[in-house]
Amino acid sequence: MTPILQARGIVKRYGHVTAIDGADFDLEAGEVLAVVGDNGAGKSSLINVLSGAVLPDAGEVLLAGSPVHFKSPHDARLAGIETVYQDLAVAPAMDIASNLYLGREIRRPGWRGKVLRQLDIRAMRQRAQKQLDELGITTLQSITQSVENLSGGQRQSVAVARAAAFGSKVVIMDEPTAALGVRESAQVLELIGTIRDRGIPVVLISHNMPHVFQIADRIHIHRLGKRAAVVSPREHTMNDVVAIMTGATELAA
Amino acid sequence: MITRTTRRALALAVAAGTALAMGTACTATKQAGASGPTDGPVKLGLVTKTDSNPYFVSMRSAAEQEASAKGATVIAKAGKEDGDNDSQVKAVEDLIAAGVRAIMITPSDTKAIVPVLKKAQQKNILVIALDTQTDGNQGVDATFATDNTQAGVLQGQYVKAALGQKQPRVALLDLQPGVTVGDQRHNGFLKGIGLADSAREISGRGDTNGDQGKGQTAMENLLQRDSGINAVYTINEPAAIGAFTAIKNAGKADGVVIGSIDGGCTGVQAVKEGQIAATVMQFPGKMARLGVAASVEFAKSGAKPQVPTTGYIDTGVQLVTDKPLGGLDAKDTAWGAQNCWGKK
Amino acid sequence: MDTAFRNPAIGPLAALLLAVAVFTVTTDTFMSVDNVSLILQQSVVIGTLALGQTLIILTRGIDLANGAIMVLGALVVAQLATGAGVPQGIALLAGFAVCGGLGLLAGGAVSRLSLPPFIVTLGFLTVLQAASRLHTRETVLVEEGPLTFLAQGGYLFGQFQVTVGVALVLITVAVLHFALTRTSWGRHVYAVGNDAKAAMRCGINVNRVLLSVYLLAGLLYALAAWQAFGRSPATSPNAFPTANLDTITAVVIGGTSLFGGRGGVIGSYLGALIVLVLQSGLTQAGIDPLYQQIATGILVILAVALDQFTRRSTR
Repeated sequence: MTPILQARGIVKRYGHVTAIDGADFDLEAGEVLAVVGDNGAGKSSLINVLSGAVLPDAGEVLLAGSPVHFKSPHDARLAGIETVYQDLAVAPAMDIASNLYLGREIRRPGWRGKVLRQLDIRAMRQRAQKQLDELGITTLQSITQSVENLSGGQRQSVAVARAAAFGSKVVIMDEPTAALGVRESAQVLELIGTIRDRGIPVVLISHNMPHVFQIADRIHIHRLGKRAAVVSPREHTMNDVVAIMTGATELAA
Repeated sequence: MITRTTRRALALAVAAGTALAMGTACTATKQAGASGPTDGPVKLGLVTKTDSNPYFVSMRSAAEQEASAKGATVIAKAGKEDGDNDSQVKAVEDLIAAGVRAIMITPSDTKAIVPVLKKAQQKNILVIALDTQTDGNQGVDATFATDNTQAGVLQGQYVKAALGQKQPRVALLDLQPGVTVGDQRHNGFLKGIGLADSAREISGRGDTNGDQGKGQTAMENLLQRDSGINAVYTINEPAAIGAFTAIKNAGKADGVVIGSIDGGCTGVQAVKEGQIAATVMQFPGKMARLGVAASVEFAKSGAKPQVPTTGYIDTGVQLVTDKPLGGLDAKDTAWGAQNCWGKK
Repeated sequence: MDTAFRNPAIGPLAALLLAVAVFTVTTDTFMSVDNVSLILQQSVVIGTLALGQTLIILTRGIDLANGAIMVLGALVVAQLATGAGVPQGIALLAGFAVCGGLGLLAGGAVSRLSLPPFIVTLGFLTVLQAASRLHTRETVLVEEGPLTFLAQGGYLFGQFQVTVGVALVLITVAVLHFALTRTSWGRHVYAVGNDAKAAMRCGINVNRVLLSVYLLAGLLYALAAWQAFGRSPATSPNAFPTANLDTITAVVIGGTSLFGGRGGVIGSYLGALIVLVLQSGLTQAGIDPLYQQIATGILVILAVALDQFTRRSTR
């Protein structure tokens, strides 16, 4: 089967620094693929290319087998690739429903929507609530709470719910558990599982090996701007992965 | 929920803040004893260009003194800056609403203020311009003002006498173009010294906005252009003091005659110290006192002041110098210090 | 509901009502139909300018040039209509073009060139003041006609005088309030002010939102120029010297955060009214107008302190 999202021979240079040096990437349907690597290995640059935030100098990105050229994150989103950024990209003073629909608001039907361009706030709230229910997010009391009044984990849930609601093909998550406590992390990992179970593959960038081993189906190990290996958490231990990450062990990619 | 609490806190605190401010204000009323029912003393309004310039401060305090001597009260208002017509319009409207019998005003914009003054006249309020005439004297019943041309002429005559046989090389430190007062003084000076605007004896001119710092800069630039300048016309005393600083820094303090206009206490002091050769004093306090007297008279009898054909009632000018010259009527700085306006 | 557009109008409304109540009790002349009508008329220029200022502050910007833009626009209008003999209606449209163009230019500098709004508008202020004075140094009077149309009016309930200008400022507030709270554009304005990077990642074209805000603000300044002709059929390069600070005062008292992303136009208009009520009331009470400045200053500091407090307590 063709992988959902692929990258071949991606190169990205910033001046004299080569951040990505001919990297490959494959995301299969229905999987959680963890991307791990040391700081500076080029994970973020690779993810930025996949999410449209950065244009590669060379190489190509393929979505469901066909080449795509994202010029902005907006292009990637239109193609069905949603990214949950480490800083979440939420508007703190706006409520949960507003944030879920930020940038793709729903207008009222009829002349009010067409002529006055009036928003259908009720519809957005109802659909947002439905979305949260479907994802099993129960920690948010009210859809009309401002995001700034939420805890870190709750905010993460909002950002994840938004990605899940609109990510029809791929959801990319950048360090979603980095700032969270044990319980909140568990909730987010559970949410990642829910998204996968709904048939949407997830790319998970993380430093947290226990989390990676708990949820990932495969692990993409990045080293020196390239894919060093892809391993299965069932066949390898955390020590193996760390060894590949640091270059202590080499494995055919 | 936090937000609801903060919202309430916001409402409460803003309300409390207003109350606090009002409280201060109301205490002030009691001290001043000014507020009262309409059957109290005659209420008069005074609107000056600003409330920071000592010229207007002295005008205001003279008005308040004269009013309290005559059993009237003055509500004083001012624009935020010279040229701020909108604030003066609002002030006049508020004074009309407050039920004053007369409004005295030094208009910042002599044309734009006219409609609101006419509105006041229609409500049977006496309108008096102080210091500055409105455009064509519209909207006012009388004006008490300085003859600014005459003030300029006196400055010019004195500077001419001080130069004696020397060939004049004159720097002109003006207000800013397009302002009537500035033009009148400028032209009066040229008349008094006997030169045309285009004369070769005019070395150059600069705008000062009547400001000491700008006066200094303008003078510095003019000295760069012509180091032989021996006479300086200035629009007012702050500009003159700025010019003197520039001249002194250039090492020419002894060779240059500076004339000025105003009669502020700082300016008279500068004449005494020899920085300014002579100044022409004007009398804002007198304008205010005459204005209040006319207003109170109007409130009592309905009589309006008689205005001469010049269009305004001249409150006079007086040359002040310690070196009287050329037979010009002059008072010395001791007299000047007695009669000057601003901080004595 | 969002905290972005929730709270702002309530605090200022309370302050306004309190001030009105105090002056009603302490003076005989404050609470009259004529005086209330007058205060509304006095609010039209700064009130309209404050709406443009609000939009810009909501995007985390600030506009120091609004008065200068309005004055230049008014001068162009007045000179076309009087000197050049252009019909007043056309001259007015030219004023909207000039102010809108200047708004676009400022917006371009802020968005495309990523320059700080404070610096851009400070530059605009300086340049435009000089440009106005180069244009004319005199007060220009305009004839009665479309330019002074906003001074027209009628009476409600028998004796309450309402001018077209007052009706127009209220309509403008209502329309902008709707646009800010009930359209995508409005939400994007708040989102940009909340966190421009996040807004961009949500697919919002941040540059376009900023451009639209500065353009709209420019058009509002032209509207303010028109309102100013309705108040007084004359203009000069020296007019409204403190409009920038007056509008920032109104916006801040009105509860809009200087840090962007929260607040609204209703609060700003109420803020403008509060300042006028203090001015009027203290005049009626025969109190030195400097106390009005003190009261205004206290309100500004209180409003900013509360904003900080709100932001901290929710982070």
